[in-house]
Amino acid sequence: MKQVITVLLFVFVTNANLAQSIEVCKTCPISTLKDGIAQAKDFDTIIVKKGLYKEYNISVNKPVKIIGIDYPVIDGELKGEIITVISDNVTIDGLNIINVGNSYIEDYAALRIKNSKHFLIQNLILEKLFFGIYIEKSRDGKIFHNKIIGEAIEEYNSGNGIQLWYSKNIHIEHNFVQRVRDGIYLEFSDDCLIKNNVSALNVRYGLHFMFSNDDTYEDNIFENNGAGVAVMFSRRIKMYRNIFKENWGTASYGLLLKEINDGQIEGNTFSNNTIGINVEGSNRINYKNNTFENNGWAIKVKGACYANIFTENNFLYNSFDIAYNSKVNDNEFDKNYWSSYTGYDLDKNGIGDIPYRPVKLFSYIVNRTPETIILLRSMFIDIIDFSEKVSPVFTPDDLLDNNPKMQRLTW
Amino acid sequence: MRLRQYYPITMLKILKYSFYDLMRSRWSYVYFAFYLLLGTVLLFLNNDLSKAVITLMNVIIVLVPLIGTIFGVMYYYNSKEFTELLLAQPLKRSSIFLGQYLGVVLSLTMSLILGLGIPFVFYGLFESSAIWDFSLLLITGAFLTLIFTALAFNIALSNENKIKGFGYAILLWLFLAVIYDGLFLMTLIMFEDYPLDKVSLFGTMLNPIDLSRTLILLKLDISALLGYTGAVFKQFFGTSFGLIVSFVMLTVWVVMPVLRIVFKSKNKDF
Repeated sequence: MKQVITVLLFVFVTNANLAQSIEVCKTCPISTLKDGIAQAKDFDTIIVKKGLYKEYNISVNKPVKIIGIDYPVIDGELKGEIITVISDNVTIDGLNIINVGNSYIEDYAALRIKNSKHFLIQNLILEKLFFGIYIEKSRDGKIFHNKIIGEAIEEYNSGNGIQLWYSKNIHIEHNFVQRVRDGIYLEFSDDCLIKNNVSALNVRYGLHFMFSNDDTYEDNIFENNGAGVAVMFSRRIKMYRNIFKENWGTASYGLLLKEINDGQIEGNTFSNNTIGINVEGSNRINYKNNTFENNGWAIKVKGACYANIFTENNFLYNSFDIAYNSKVNDNEFDKNYWSSYTGYDLDKNGIGDIPYRPVKLFSYIVNRTPETIILLRSMFIDIIDFSEKVSPVFTPDDLLDNNPKMQRLTW
Repeated sequence: MRLRQYYPITMLKILKYSFYDLMRSRWSYVYFAFYLLLGTVLLFLNNDLSKAVITLMNVIIVLVPLIGTIFGVMYYYNSKEFTELLLAQPLKRSSIFLGQYLGVVLSLTMSLILGLGIPFVFYGLFESSAIWDFSLLLITGAFLTLIFTALAFNIALSNENKIKGFGYAILLWLFLAVIYDGLFLMTLIMFEDYPLDKVSLFGTMLNPIDLSRTLILLKLDISALLGYTGAVFKQFFGTSFGLIVSFVMLTVWVVMPVLRIVFKSKNKDF
């Protein structure tokens, strides 16, 4: 027993000895972050006091905690990458990193994590950046509560806020990203969780998936981006309770699905987008309990979409509910609420007695000749829409919601 | 009626007379009551000011021209005897007809603005952001009344036969409200291989109903939807340029038929 206690005590004391803390400030013996890292041993804590540190190419090559007090400013002076982490178990907390170098050859980032595991990045403020947080071939990390504020104007000379490349199992939560190219970008990254983030005013996409599988994003807000979220060439992506709004503009949309299979889209809100969801070549996706409100097009289906199921969604006051560009339909619409449904419910079971046709003739015409949109809400258009509704000629005649709800759905 | 009293009679006096005459007639009240009911029911059903404005737009661009046309023709034929009496007096012909025309327009516009305005004001229009959309709606409604009443007077002046006059009036409304859009759509689809944005803008300008419709749609945030089609639309609808051009065109649409009323009434043999 005594021996056990001695061993435990020994472990405790040596650990306490190991985990020292090193202070970095302008008037301390150690006055730069680079110096601090060089002096630190494994598992030390480096405390950076408030001040301006003009440094770049800082390499974190050992498992340390870097903690900023009152947001010290790390100024890269536009010379290149600022912090590069190449070790496991690194924590970076509370820094204000500014002035990342711009380059057309290399992707300079404010903070790059390279080949590492179990990192924690939190409470950072990144400004005047090219790329923000760049995670490269890493796994099991957490990115929490960061604020990334870019000044991007053009796509070709700006970088992404948070970028994941060949990474696995990363949690991205409570971040705020604005005015960069893509707010959050995942490429070849699987099993990630993206939650409670706000991505706004970005030049391209709020959130962008490429070749990434089994990821989940939920409770995020995507507002006023070039386009809200683009999910491309990915499988089994789950999208829950996100808000996509005000993605207005020429060919802009809330959510783009391109070559997506087996996804789940549930509880999201799409409001005031030119196109709510733009679907191309996507199969076996369940759309459930979503609300589409005041969009130009709620859903635009561009062909090669099979076995998708749309149930219990709300379609409220969209200029067009569904647009199809072909006469073939293999998707199922059931038990949705359509604000433009004009049928009746004689048996009072809450379900309309006549089916609803969500594709209007006019949406077919606009698909063919876009300029005809100028006739939107004209009386002539109402008349031809009505006659098409009675006997479909141009729109898929089996595209029906057989059980349209009479009341807006709540859940 | 003691006409001698109005000896140096002006257009304003005739306007006033026509206006009071219409105010006493049943039709102004029916028209007023209709809009009052429409506004109240819309707000009651929609519970949302901006939604109600959209629905109202659909009604206004169809009904205001129809009522303006029918009312204009009807008033002209009904007051024909009185007009002939006035013509016997030493009065300028243009002031007689313009006075009558403005009297009709004024009473119709007043019914429209009060009928729709009262329920919306009670609903809390002034605290709502929809006030600009609503004002635009009323201004467009007023323009449509001006345009279609003038067109109706033109038809009535050119046709002694009442039945023919009414027939042409209905046809005119039907053409501008429905048939024009049909032809327009056919043209666009037929020439879909060509760049059409300028043509479609031009086509819209030629029809006051289409013009009013796009004008209101622009303000209802559908400009981005229109911008979907290309740069020309975006430039036109995205800026105040489109708004100004549309209003100029509406004014032209008022001035042209009014000038014809003046010209026609001068040369007409009564």
